[in-house]
Amino acid sequence: MTITDALITPFTDYAFMRRALAACVILAISGAPLGVFMNLRRMSLVGDAMSHAILPGVSIAFLMFGLSVWPMTIAALGTGLAVAVIAFGLTRVTQLKEDASFTLVYLLSLASGVVMVSQSGSGVDLLHILFGNILAIDNASLVLAAGVACLSVIILSQFYRGLVIDCFDPDFMRAGTHGRSIIGHVFFVLVVVNLVASFQILGTLMSLGLMLLPAIAGRFWTDNIDAAIVLSTFIAIISSVIGLLISYHLSIPSGPAVVLVTGAFACVSVLLGRQGSLKAYLAR
Amino acid sequence: MCRDCGSCILGHYVMTHAAITLRDVSVSYGRQQGIHDISAVFMEGTLTAVAGPNGAGKSTLLKAIAGMLKPSKGTIAIDPCFVGSVAYLPQTASIQRDFPMPVLQAVCTGFWGEVRERGAIDSTMKERACKALADVGLEGFEGRQVSALSGGQFQRVLFARLLLTDARIILLDEPFTAIDGETTAKLIQIILEWHRQGRTIVCVLHDLLLIRKYFPESFVLAGKCMGRGHTHALFEQKLLSYDLDMAELYTGEDNHEHLHHHDHN
Repeated sequence: MTITDALITPFTDYAFMRRALAACVILAISGAPLGVFMNLRRMSLVGDAMSHAILPGVSIAFLMFGLSVWPMTIAALGTGLAVAVIAFGLTRVTQLKEDASFTLVYLLSLASGVVMVSQSGSGVDLLHILFGNILAIDNASLVLAAGVACLSVIILSQFYRGLVIDCFDPDFMRAGTHGRSIIGHVFFVLVVVNLVASFQILGTLMSLGLMLLPAIAGRFWTDNIDAAIVLSTFIAIISSVIGLLISYHLSIPSGPAVVLVTGAFACVSVLLGRQGSLKAYLAR
Repeated sequence: MCRDCGSCILGHYVMTHAAITLRDVSVSYGRQQGIHDISAVFMEGTLTAVAGPNGAGKSTLLKAIAGMLKPSKGTIAIDPCFVGSVAYLPQTASIQRDFPMPVLQAVCTGFWGEVRERGAIDSTMKERACKALADVGLEGFEGRQVSALSGGQFQRVLFARLLLTDARIILLDEPFTAIDGETTAKLIQIILEWHRQGRTIVCVLHDLLLIRKYFPESFVLAGKCMGRGHTHALFEQKLLSYDLDMAELYTGEDNHEHLHHHDHN
């Protein structure tokens, strides 16, 4: 097997591989920069919990319309925003801290969602929803992801400076706008929209893998936010290519393969990164 | 107000109108006690110290004025001329100290009100930022990461940023906590310069010596307003006193009654 056979042919020969690659690259460009900000805002886990919490809505849409992109998307979006409002509301009104209220809401959502899907669907459908099916992406999912990516890039470019300040010092931002800053909300909605687009491809359990893991890896190599964004996007794209190839050659599920490769990048960075890594710790 | 104030050596700013007006403001903060029925006017150009025991709601008061906490009762009015020109220096704890950002960029966030998303931070602005850093004694720190700064240096960075915001109303929450004497003296000079420029400043602090020496107006808070007015008058009334344990402001209704008697409301 030549290098071309190993690296290029899978994509030239199979349309499903090209689609999968396109989808992953789109998600990488859209999500990785957001991941950097989620990381900086310390909402990685909250975002992850959110992505699991959309399951009940997706399940209802699935039971009513089957595996159809638009109903599932709208349901996921609605559920995501509803879950966010409930969890943040609980944090604000009751004594629950943010992590606890999100845990409560997302575990309930996940469990009830799985129960719902299992009522009618087969095990295959459940797997599809939980872990995505990157190799069976239809045009609608691809268009959705591309649209979301455009939206992300536009909004990030318009709110970039404010977003950085809002991460660094939210109180300064709130005081400067007399409590009327919408940047936090805009960002959160953007995260939800992104996870809705990516769950069709990576499933509800891993939809933020391409978003968060490259961002975690990137932070170990640079102290500059702009550079971290570029680096994370690059890692996300490279991971997509490598992950898809591994899944092709070793016949393993492609979504987990892609996430595993991003995870490998993150692990290498944790161990050997230029700053704050284990290596840096031992070198002190 | 300053012109009547004997202890204020800088008192040449003639008051014109109210910069901040609080009417019967109550703010409850989560399940904690907040502030109750505060009515107060901060005139334009005044320099006011907010004093009171721990848990008195001093930070809550500042956050409410900054618009970050909504009053559960009453209204807070900022003079329309100054809306959007309010700068707030939080207690350092609420900022991400390990944020990946060089000092110069952190200072330049002070231009946010000026440039928003559009427009570059040009070289003139960068010079202003460097000048501001020099003013707080951090010359040559431009390229360092904020995570590498000590607590006192970080606080000075935040002051440098405030220098750039050009805000007409400046709210400072315990700006001198964990700051050495020399730096405090430097930062005080900056505050006095703002005062000379006619900005309205409200500053939470504990140090009665500083309050007495530099702050013409004071506001004594312990859940509710215990007294406000000229600092020297509050000292005379023993509302501000070196002998008085501030926590006593909380003890017993009698004491409350007694203190309330002096309330300037």
